Amino acid sequence: MSGGHSSYQPTSGIGKWMDARLPLPRLLYDSFVSYPVPRNLNTWYTFGGILALMLVSQIVTGIVLAMHYIPQVDQAFESVHLIRRDVNGGNILQIWHAVGASMFFVAVYVHIFRGLYYGSYKAPREVLWILGVIIYLLMMATAFMGYVLPWGQMSLWGATVITGFFSAIPLVGEGLQEFLLGGYAVGQPTLNRFFSLHYLLPFMIAGVVILHVWALHVTGQTNPTGIDVKSGQDTVAFTPYATIKDAFALVVFFILFAYFIFYLPDYLGHADNYIQADSLKTPAHIVPEWYFLPFYAILRAVTFNIGIPFTDIVLIDSKLGGVLAMFGSIAILAFLPWLDTSRVRSANYRPLYKQFFWLFVIVCIILGYLGSRPAEGWYVIFSQIFTFWYFAHFLIILPVLGLIEKPLPMPASITEAVLAKKGGAASTPDGAAAAPETKS
Amino acid sequence: MTEPTRRDFLYIATGAMGAVGVAGVAWPLINQMNPDAATLAAGAPVEVDVSSVEPGQQIVVKWRGKPHFVRHLTEAEIKAAKDLPAGDQKDPAPADQRLGGPEGEGDGSEAWTVVAANCTHLGCVPTMVNGSIEGWSCPCHGSIFDVAGRILSGPAPVNLPLPPYVFASEEVLVIGSDTAGA
Repeated sequence: MSGGHSSYQPTSGIGKWMDARLPLPRLLYDSFVSYPVPRNLNTWYTFGGILALMLVSQIVTGIVLAMHYIPQVDQAFESVHLIRRDVNGGNILQIWHAVGASMFFVAVYVHIFRGLYYGSYKAPREVLWILGVIIYLLMMATAFMGYVLPWGQMSLWGATVITGFFSAIPLVGEGLQEFLLGGYAVGQPTLNRFFSLHYLLPFMIAGVVILHVWALHVTGQTNPTGIDVKSGQDTVAFTPYATIKDAFALVVFFILFAYFIFYLPDYLGHADNYIQADSLKTPAHIVPEWYFLPFYAILRAVTFNIGIPFTDIVLIDSKLGGVLAMFGSIAILAFLPWLDTSRVRSANYRPLYKQFFWLFVIVCIILGYLGSRPAEGWYVIFSQIFTFWYFAHFLIILPVLGLIEKPLPMPASITEAVLAKKGGAASTPDGAAAAPETKS
Repeated sequence: MTEPTRRDFLYIATGAMGAVGVAGVAWPLINQMNPDAATLAAGAPVEVDVSSVEPGQQIVVKWRGKPHFVRHLTEAEIKAAKDLPAGDQKDPAPADQRLGGPEGEGDGSEAWTVVAANCTHLGCVPTMVNGSIEGWSCPCHGSIFDVAGRILSGPAPVNLPLPPYVFASEEVLVIGSDTAGA
């Protein structure tokens, strides 16, 4: 997977025999042992590894749960609760999988915001970034379908709302929704196919992850300074340096994960999902899982029809408008490499962008809060204001900032930045050492 | 550009036939996801005895797997429905198109609201509210409907749809068919 030359030297006879036939050990050695990584990677760069292990964790627990789960509308709800009560160790396995989904999203959001802060999406890493957006979309689809399987009230009504997005599409919408559901409403065919697809999609994610890592190893990693690796001095070998750092972060992250599993098992769930699905009664207040809340707020922010002013002609009704805004808020990420006009990658050297980045983080958190509130009164108005800000960040702020912002002086190399930070005797030709190293 | 040869034609024709073949094989794999025969059969009309539903009460009837509101309106509700100005409606419809009832009952023929109970936004079931407004409020995204199921505010684009229905007699409501003989 590494673009450069290989330093792999098979020593054993079997090693040489294999290397001449299928050089898999060479690929792994070059990718995960000798692979050079920037020497200044900080903790925020460990989340890629954490995510890889979260995917493995979800697949392993999921396969085990599928041995006990029954995808049938009269039994699904009970079977999940029987897993927790009767299956040996099932109380941990089911919670491990359910909490794991939340932790997966915790890690992916840190990973995404790290990319936003350090400009990881900029040339030549556009494809790497877009593959990441695709993984994120697949994760959302997988998590959504997984949430339907326990067949609680939120499962059914979440499925109704989300498949309802497709009914907003003009002309073909209603038929498309029935095609997706396999009926007029969410029912047995829906549950059955969601189970099948929920099993399939993680393996598709794994496939795209391989492409993501491949693309990463072609361009090399970014680093907190955002400047390119210029010499061997700027890098260290993946093993042991990155592996140990990743392993340490992984252990810390899994302590948090374990804390939720053992002490707050149902904290991230919703009480209504412990009531069996009832197609005649919507819960009084329906919300998605926390990791979808910002998008839910954007969906609900569009309460007005968009038409030609001063006429009754409606071009986009409020329903389609909300759905377009919601999908647009994710799709816009794929265009980020071209929306950000600044050539400086790292926010450490972009004084204005750094402030707007943190504002954007706050906007996303507020949207998440608004998504958890009922759609009424001031909540709707604030949702509209912050939805506007969300899109303005990408469509107005980022393009303009690149033109008007004056970046701070950059260090000449990664090594110089590292030594300056350590206060060592770095060769400091000009004012470069004054570069602020504010940690995020 | 050289003149296309007979061989070029054969390549394209073979490729086109291959594409048709792939599409033919793929179609059943896609079409299996459409509603199956049992689901379609379950879409037949349902009969409901509504004799015990007093004015001001409503029942929920399941047809095609979806809930439908059957509400017997009070005098005040009928009046409110008729007096609702078109300007307050997002999808204007006169009350007499929205209300129904047994034939030949005079005012009684406008005393019933029979509507699909899934919000036209994203399909949640609205709940009845009696307060500042009379009608249904959707708990998911805040759409408000009047007692005739007409959208007043919120993200829902159109009124709650009217299913085909008919009062076979004063007591029996048929949902799923609009002809008495069905």
